[in-house]
Amino acid sequence: MRRAIVFTVAFLLPGLAWSDDRRTGYDDMNADLQALQDDPMNPATFWVLDGERLWSEPAGTTAQSCADCHGSAEDSMQGVAARYPSFDESSGTAVDLLGRIALCQSRHQQTAQPRDRSDPDRLALLAYVTHQSRGLPIMPDEDPRLAPARARGEALFSSRMGQLNLSCAQCHDDNAGGYLAAARIPQAHPTGYPQYRLEWETIGSLDRRLAGCMTGVRADPFAPGSPELVALELFLKSRAAGLTVEALPIRP
Amino acid sequence: MSVLINIPDSAAPGEIIEIKLLIQHPMETGFRTGPDGALVPRDIIESVTCLYLGEEVFRADLYPAITANPFVGFHLRADTTGEIEFIWTDNAGVTSREARTLTVA
Amino acid sequence: MTLSRRTALTALLSLPLVLQTRAALATPESMQAALDDFTGGAPVTPGRVTLKIPLLVENGNSVPLSVSVDSPMTAEDHVEQIAIFNEINPLPDTARFHLGPRSGLAAVETRIRLNGSQTVHAVARMTDGSFWSATTDVIVTAPACREV
Ligand code: HEC
Repeated sequence: MRRAIVFTVAFLLPGLAWSDDRRTGYDDMNADLQALQDDPMNPATFWVLDGERLWSEPAGTTAQSCADCHGSAEDSMQGVAARYPSFDESSGTAVDLLGRIALCQSRHQQTAQPRDRSDPDRLALLAYVTHQSRGLPIMPDEDPRLAPARARGEALFSSRMGQLNLSCAQCHDDNAGGYLAAARIPQAHPTGYPQYRLEWETIGSLDRRLAGCMTGVRADPFAPGSPELVALELFLKSRAAGLTVEALPIRP
Repeated sequence: MSVLINIPDSAAPGEIIEIKLLIQHPMETGFRTGPDGALVPRDIIESVTCLYLGEEVFRADLYPAITANPFVGFHLRADTTGEIEFIWTDNAGVTSREARTLTVA
Repeated sequence: MTLSRRTALTALLSLPLVLQTRAALATPESMQAALDDFTGGAPVTPGRVTLKIPLLVENGNSVPLSVSVDSPMTAEDHVEQIAIFNEINPLPDTARFHLGPRSGLAAVETRIRLNGSQTVHAVARMTDGSFWSATTDVIVTAPACREV
């Protein structure tokens, strides 16, 4: 199993010595911000608590709660976030964890649709489900049906975009560790989403972060939950395989 | 909106304990413009008060320069077993309350 | 090639955009006015106050701050108030802490927003009516009030 993952990553990124020199966003933060993340009195905790409450609240026309079907999240959701995105049988597409939760809300709870992807309750559920994978290594789903989307993500990662005509790879592979204004350019490992960003003063998903980067290069961001963003996440997760899931992190 | 309160359950007589509060709140400054260009109305917690056996022992007045999800830490000399009450009020006058019991022995 | 990338990265430096605030920003002068309001014009002596705040801040939206004051905190001799002021946020008043002998220890902490590099001031009022202070210069690399 582990060998298969290593193989996948090596296959996707030939020549990247990933086991030694990968740095997470946590590694790149200063000591004050690391201390805030490590402090139990950290604002991200509120969303985990909100999610915990929502987990057992009946919702939608079926009036079923997440707990009615999934039982204790500590058992059923352990490791799930570490493995997502995953393949959805009925639609035949890759879905990210936020998309999966949205599907459970529409298919199984039959809540009113459409609901905004960044709906605060849904983000809180995402926070709570992700929290059940804290400290676990990222283990990308090996379902072969995900391979095309993952390959598309890899291609997108090195596609130039926007008026600045920059690709993700130009910053996060070629210039990682350098500085953009005063901000250190990270290697862009998605070890901690959703996250509490001081810039946002709230939690947000990887969607929102990637949209920020795309706006930064003056490109029209891909829509939240779009196949492009799920593809990018698939690639980023393979690139980050083995790194530890942070739940929930603080970022500047 | 919830609150996290970090306070020991018990203390020795005369012991100085540390109390920390983190309140879930946007602390909207009233100086920011929203996506439509209009000012977002101020919505902040203006005061956080701690009562010990009904007596005010600490108060913090907060201004828009305090972070979203405000955090306040302070100290208290424990001498009697009893209720420690936390009251916080926003700029619309809405008050929230939480209490903990401190055992002094 | 390298040059064009550098140009592109330089263009990115203009991000993030600082949001337009309609209110006039506080100035060292308006901060002095707020401070005088707090002291009633009484003299403020540097000392007895320790202000801990990072010298270099990555994001001005959350800056940890702690203040302690050298005081016995007895009924007769204690710190009554600690006020925090900033120089360039829209409002100079940042936080005020009301303490008493039941505090046991004159030490408080909070997290503040700083809209740019500036000097932060902490001023304590004692039971005898004297005022004591400490200041710290903070460099903020990404100010509060921004959005990308
Ligand atoms: C009526 C039962 C039911 C309810 C209610 C329900 N789910 Fe699900 N959930 C499922 C089923 C069945 C699956 C498997 C995928 C599918 O068929 O949709 C699933 C899959 C999942 C997965 C993916 C697990 C994995 O290992 O890939 C997550 C995460 C999840 N649900 C979260 C939630 C959350 C959060 C809620 C509450 C908002 C919820 N579910 C409510 C039935 C339910």
